[in-house]
Amino acid sequence: MTETRDLVKGNEAVAMGAIDAGCLYYFGYPITPQSDIPEYLSYHLPKVGGEFVQAESEVAAINMLMGAASTGIRAMTSSSSPGISLMQEGISYIAGSEIPTVIVNMSRSGPGLGGIAPSQGDYFQAVKGGGHGDYHLLVLAPNSVQELYDLTILAFELAEKYRNPVMILGDAMIGQMKEPLLREPPGEIHEYPKEWALTGAKGRPQRVLKSLYLKDGELTAHNWKLHQKYETMKESEIRFEELMTEDADLILVAFGSAARISRTSVMMAREAGMRVGLFRPITLFPFPEPQLTAMAKAGKRFFVVELNTGQMLEDVKISAQGNQVDFFGKPPGALPTPEEIFEEIKKIYPES
Amino acid sequence: MSEKKIFSRPKTLKDAPFHFCPGCHHGIAHRMVAEAIDKYSLREKTIGVASVGCSVFLYDYFDVDVIEAPHGRAAAVATGVKRARKDKIVFSYQGDGDLASIGIAETVHTANRGENITIIFINNTVYGMTGGQLAPTTLLGQKTTTSPYGRDFMQDGYPIRMTEILATLEGTAFAARVAFTTPKNINMAKKAIEKAFQFQKEEMGFTFVEILSACPTNWGLNSIDSMKRVEEEMIPYFPLGIFKERKAADVL
Repeated sequence: MTETRDLVKGNEAVAMGAIDAGCLYYFGYPITPQSDIPEYLSYHLPKVGGEFVQAESEVAAINMLMGAASTGIRAMTSSSSPGISLMQEGISYIAGSEIPTVIVNMSRSGPGLGGIAPSQGDYFQAVKGGGHGDYHLLVLAPNSVQELYDLTILAFELAEKYRNPVMILGDAMIGQMKEPLLREPPGEIHEYPKEWALTGAKGRPQRVLKSLYLKDGELTAHNWKLHQKYETMKESEIRFEELMTEDADLILVAFGSAARISRTSVMMAREAGMRVGLFRPITLFPFPEPQLTAMAKAGKRFFVVELNTGQMLEDVKISAQGNQVDFFGKPPGALPTPEEIFEEIKKIYPES
Repeated sequence: MSEKKIFSRPKTLKDAPFHFCPGCHHGIAHRMVAEAIDKYSLREKTIGVASVGCSVFLYDYFDVDVIEAPHGRAAAVATGVKRARKDKIVFSYQGDGDLASIGIAETVHTANRGENITIIFINNTVYGMTGGQLAPTTLLGQKTTTSPYGRDFMQDGYPIRMTEILATLEGTAFAARVAFTTPKNINMAKKAIEKAFQFQKEEMGFTFVEILSACPTNWGLNSIDSMKRVEEEMIPYFPLGIFKERKAADVL
């Protein structure tokens, strides 16, 4: 039997991944460029015994998600940049209350109303916290339709494993483009213990999901507990992809859409006889810092490409530990061409 | 002479002393909600939604599963809980700043969707926990820490009547306003709260009970004068009664 691939839109791949991961509830509010996700799920969730709820706002949507997920079922929301901004309060509460949730940001451009073009301007918001308080999301950055599907399934798994919100950070480009998708639902959904889930205090003590800790020392302990969780993620969940980095003198570092374009530029450089590679973080938190640091220590130079004015750049600089890091940024409005990036490579490629 | 126990703590309430100020009505309201849950034997299938304000410590007193919602978002959180677990009884317990100000959108849309949940709404005309600031329900002329000259409708508008607003929505199955000022009113309050939970049990739709409540600390009054204020100043503007009572689940 040959594998059948369907031509699928990125946003729809997210929705398919959610259904195949056993997600039963979706709460959301329409916003371009991700509305295919709610549209698809409003049609398909009722067919699998789930429910789609169109919320009155993103503020309501994230809180509905918090409520539904607090009962131990798989649920999600999706939005795009301005809507994700509105959700930040709820995301902070969800992180503080340790409720497994999946949040998709098919980011568009900002600040403000910005535009609907692809952008990576939400990196800081996604990776460094976004809402108030000392917390992290686990952030996945797919760069293809296939990966949107695969990482959505993984997101539900990781959310439950760590009792933490997981964000999928895509953008208008990968959300809107079509590519062949091999839809292979996971055979079995791994069940994590849910002794925290609110199901009614029948034959057991009351359960409370909260983020308020007023007693002496309680909140300090809670924050350290969350911190420990993030440290465990750093040890166990770093994901990345490398292309021809082994012999490379210069390594492009890019995620998501920017990595797709950079890949072509790397091939152009290789054809021109330059030893150039590509390092693509798939998890933005935890960031593949140890891997980059090891390469920096081996003498590699980094060249960061982003669809913004330099955000992941800061994490690469920390990882490079003083080694030279060059940057090419393209804020929203136009995407860089592979040729443009190749021209930059030629300027900085080590002569010797 | 034999003694017969005729009054005890509802099973749904834990054996914990309330932290509320003397003369505050939260304690009575908590007890009444717990009694209603007991009446229909719902404790083991009830999920409460705590809100931000003095009411946040709901989980310290109610022996049910509880989730703590962000400020104003309890109705949205309750919507999520109920959609995911339709066999559970879901209620939120919210103050007037939480429900009628920052959370009015979530409240109105939850009612309008006819979510089969119960909201207990405590109206004491001030933000209690933050120190008695102007609420959407603050009465005209009422002095608060942020309306030191008294509420002026030219500046702050008129006090908002949530029960009347929600009663106009087709999704609302039951909407009532009650108070604890007299034995008669207490009985009416008890019946209204019971009716709300009964309606939810029968899947009738959105149920809402507003309780006019005293806040002696922030009103600068003693307990007795606070009760008088509810009777003499609040009830004339916020009339008691049932404003909506759906007859059958499928009849609007």
